[in-house]
Amino acid sequence: MASQTLQSVPAEFTPGRQEISAEEAARHEAEGQAYFDRVMAEDSRIEPRDWMPAGYRKTLIRQVSQHAHSEIIGMQPEANWISRAPSLKRKAILMAKVQDEAGHGLYLYSAAETLGQPRDQMMQDLMDGKAKYSSIFNYPARTWADMGAIGWMVDGAAIANQVPLCRASFGPYGRAMVRVCKEESFHQRQGFEILLELSHGTPEQKQMAQEAVNRWYAPALMMFGPPDDDSPNSKQSMAWNIKRFSNDELRNRFVGMMMEQVKVLELTLPDKDIRFNEETKKWEHGPLDWDEFHEVLKGRGPCNAQRLERRREAHENGTWVREAAAAYARKQAEKESAA
Amino acid sequence: MSTSPETTTEAGGHGDISVGVATAGTSGDATASATRITPGNALRPEDIALAVSRGTAKPTEDVAEFALRLGDDALILAQRLGHWISRAPELEEDIALGNIALDQLGHARSFLSYAGGALGEDGTAKSEDDLAYFRSEDEFRSIELFEQPNGDFAVTIARQFVVSYYQFELYSRLTKSTDATLAGIAAKAVKEVDYHRDHSAQWVLRLALGTDESRRKMIHGFKVIWPYVDELFRDDELTARLAAAGAAVEPSSLRADFDRLTGEVLAEAELDVPQVPAALGGGRRGKHSEHLGYMLAEMQVLARQHPGASW
Repeated sequence: MASQTLQSVPAEFTPGRQEISAEEAARHEAEGQAYFDRVMAEDSRIEPRDWMPAGYRKTLIRQVSQHAHSEIIGMQPEANWISRAPSLKRKAILMAKVQDEAGHGLYLYSAAETLGQPRDQMMQDLMDGKAKYSSIFNYPARTWADMGAIGWMVDGAAIANQVPLCRASFGPYGRAMVRVCKEESFHQRQGFEILLELSHGTPEQKQMAQEAVNRWYAPALMMFGPPDDDSPNSKQSMAWNIKRFSNDELRNRFVGMMMEQVKVLELTLPDKDIRFNEETKKWEHGPLDWDEFHEVLKGRGPCNAQRLERRREAHENGTWVREAAAAYARKQAEKESAA
Repeated sequence: MSTSPETTTEAGGHGDISVGVATAGTSGDATASATRITPGNALRPEDIALAVSRGTAKPTEDVAEFALRLGDDALILAQRLGHWISRAPELEEDIALGNIALDQLGHARSFLSYAGGALGEDGTAKSEDDLAYFRSEDEFRSIELFEQPNGDFAVTIARQFVVSYYQFELYSRLTKSTDATLAGIAAKAVKEVDYHRDHSAQWVLRLALGTDESRRKMIHGFKVIWPYVDELFRDDELTARLAAAGAAVEPSSLRADFDRLTGEVLAEAELDVPQVPAALGGGRRGKHSEHLGYMLAEMQVLARQHPGASW
């Protein structure tokens, strides 16, 4: 860990900091950069109070807050089935899962806050449409089988993405990922179990399962981001030890996992071109509709407007509650200091 | 998934189902946590269903009817609370209300699994899902309070405050039930409901003493909810028989403690007990408000589209 003098946290976080001369500031910058470079070379960890390049901080704030937003918006398609879950056990599991996602969101917002970005600001950016979240949550959860497909494929893709992030160079993010991944692997198993039950159930249930897999397959593959030759930020993220594998590498690995598991489900993936390339020793898949991906990203997906409106509505309906809690806390603090 | 609870039940039969009763009300031991369930000790709905199907736990007809009442109360409330998940005023409340919903759903599953042990006309036990998904409105036995709409956050908190204080008094007493399964379910539930009391009481204080707007809404919330309080404490022939047998208590016997404890919080919140006429009620006899039909239509729709299917 860097010494306390090598801080680059915003000024409001270090109110007692003394004024320093320009030369001294430049020297701190240089020392900070040297320390940062050493940490990167050693593949060690940067902690919130360490010096870090402005771009590194900005990239992480964007990535971690987007991740948090994805957890929060991702609650909605699944919350859509809580009231109609077809058994009480499934209802309980689904409630617990959606609740876990709120927990992940909170945890990740906290990690992002250590970089100097307040949670209220991040929330505001989300509601204003300035911040992104994973595009896949802009697709509707039409049937119960979608609860299975989301758990198995969407959470499965998230795990494939996030397991390497457990080693991300920024400490709070990496540690958050360890915990998140543990819960996500439960989520994936429960999704798989839902599909397994459906695919071995009545013909209608099996059809429901197959249709859900068909609908979620391509969006799940696109969760890994654009192809490597169209992913401008990846290189820098890899140099900063945030990202460990390229989008296509992770996507191919994921396709291989799905191919094995879909056999157990006795379902099929809607892609005739999946094959294992003996030369490269990698899995390959058919073409994906990246135009659709970019359209959804720009806000023109099936549920973009609905998801954001629901978040705004919850936030606005809760304003008076948050104000009450703040006022009450203030009054209590005044009472205590007067006593 | 852990398998140890099944083996416990299998080895010890009915007696083991009440495990945890002895530790109810104590604290500091491994089984006292409501949030961290100890796999070896927690009484799960599956354990009860297994004991019922094996005949090692069999409720009397009266106990089954009583378990059905409490199961329906908890189920309908869980269904209401579940709606808040992803819509709460703060992320922390998405989690808290979700937690309370999950606890209530867990209690419902246990009570209904047990109730199913006496209800089969063909001599077989009914499952929790048979009872939850394939009964009609007039077969539900929940009190009207539980089906009251969520309203705004203050209405939800008012409802939760009343429910939690009522359930705490009820479950505390049921831990001493002569029916070991009822006592076992209550022993687990009472620890969780204690947290619900704390959660809702804190919000009553925050909302009542926060801003003018929140105070106005809290007063309104209690006014909306209070007509349904009396029904919680009404005795009938069933509760009289169960009380005489030591299996349960007369609901009216909970009223004094309920009034005293809720009164303390209301006094601290500088609120008066709303002076509103009590609703007639009739949920225990299957006479419900207009709300329940919509709730059941939504809850049961998928299960009824695929009768006999497994999920």
